[in-house]
Amino acid sequence: MEQGRTGVALGAAMDDRLKSELQRAGIFVTSLEGIYNWSRRSSVWPLQFGLACCAIEMIATAAARYDLARFGAEVFRPTPRQADLMIVAGTVTKKMAPQVVRIYNQMPEPKYVIAMGACAISGGPFKQGYNVLKGIDRYLPVDVHIPGCPPRPEALLNALMFLQRKIDRQTLDASRPLRWYDPMDKAEFPVPSYGAHDLTPSSNRAFWKPEATPRNEG
Amino acid sequence: MNAERFAAQFPGVQWDAATSSWIVPHEILLDVANFLKTDPEFRMEMLSNVTGVDRLPAKVKTKGEDGKETEHERPGYLEVVYHFYSVSRKQGPLVLRCRTEGRETPILPSITPLFRSAEFQEREIFDLFGIVFSGHPDLRRILMWDEFEDFPMRKDYVEPDDYEWEPTPHDAVLVKARRRQVADSAPPRHDA
Repeated sequence: MEQGRTGVALGAAMDDRLKSELQRAGIFVTSLEGIYNWSRRSSVWPLQFGLACCAIEMIATAAARYDLARFGAEVFRPTPRQADLMIVAGTVTKKMAPQVVRIYNQMPEPKYVIAMGACAISGGPFKQGYNVLKGIDRYLPVDVHIPGCPPRPEALLNALMFLQRKIDRQTLDASRPLRWYDPMDKAEFPVPSYGAHDLTPSSNRAFWKPEATPRNEG
Repeated sequence: MNAERFAAQFPGVQWDAATSSWIVPHEILLDVANFLKTDPEFRMEMLSNVTGVDRLPAKVKTKGEDGKETEHERPGYLEVVYHFYSVSRKQGPLVLRCRTEGRETPILPSITPLFRSAEFQEREIFDLFGIVFSGHPDLRRILMWDEFEDFPMRKDYVEPDDYEWEPTPHDAVLVKARRRQVADSAPPRHDA
């Protein structure tokens, strides 16, 4: 952390105009934090898994036409141990939800989640059914939600850019420590178990709270 | 297809004109299916679809021969619908319906020994309607998890109250949302 603090101090002290002045002279100055986050956000490795039709759009995004590689996220890993980003692409059924949480628990820190499509963010057209989870944010901390059924590849690219800006904002400042630098934080999210009528518990109340229904007149 | 010969062969089988199907008593279901499969005139070798129906007890009106309507109680039952086709004779569908006795202990014979295509569909019906197929080689739940106890496609199924937020609640969802608001501090019903 000592180095990180120095880096931050350097970055903060450097005036932006001076930086660009130096750049014109061929001297590049950056902060440790800046180059650290730059390298992190430029090689986000997504986990290769899809649950439904949104996965097809995800594949299209990774393929030649939309080319996710332009944003440094083309290395889809088939194992959670090597992945930084989980793209929950598709309908999460209640039968599948424990497996999704378990895979997320197996990913190393720092890890991010993009919930892609109407089903993954809310249950979508199956919201009032009996077997579809009404949003993966009930069990996982979602960084970016993408609406759409399915979202266009551009939307996924936009979500990735949004996530990159989010990574850029994460600081090495020891006064505002990130969760995953805490050695005591195991980042284990409780895996729901199959109950007699529903998943138990039906949501992770530690960080997910139901919103109040806005239209309650009468 | 010779419907008269079929009806003569199995007197217990009834023609239901409203649904263009034959209502088969479950005691002779396997005999009827075997006849349809092997008889050279029918040769229904493809079972294309098996599905379930749930009928709650209801009051039904029937018209007598004198034109008078009489109302009577019809007990509830579960029903399985079979669609047969003949590929070699290019005919079908021939629809069979088989009813259980009541909704409490619904047991029907499994058609899987005759038609392998019924295996997963009967498992699905067992999963969602709770009809037990005696003679099925591997009768387990197929879509829901094994610990699940309800039968979601039954009409009296009560789904878990696990949607709390609706941007524009209406009708049944509004009723549910209001009920949720009242009990908001209480834990969800099915939570441990």
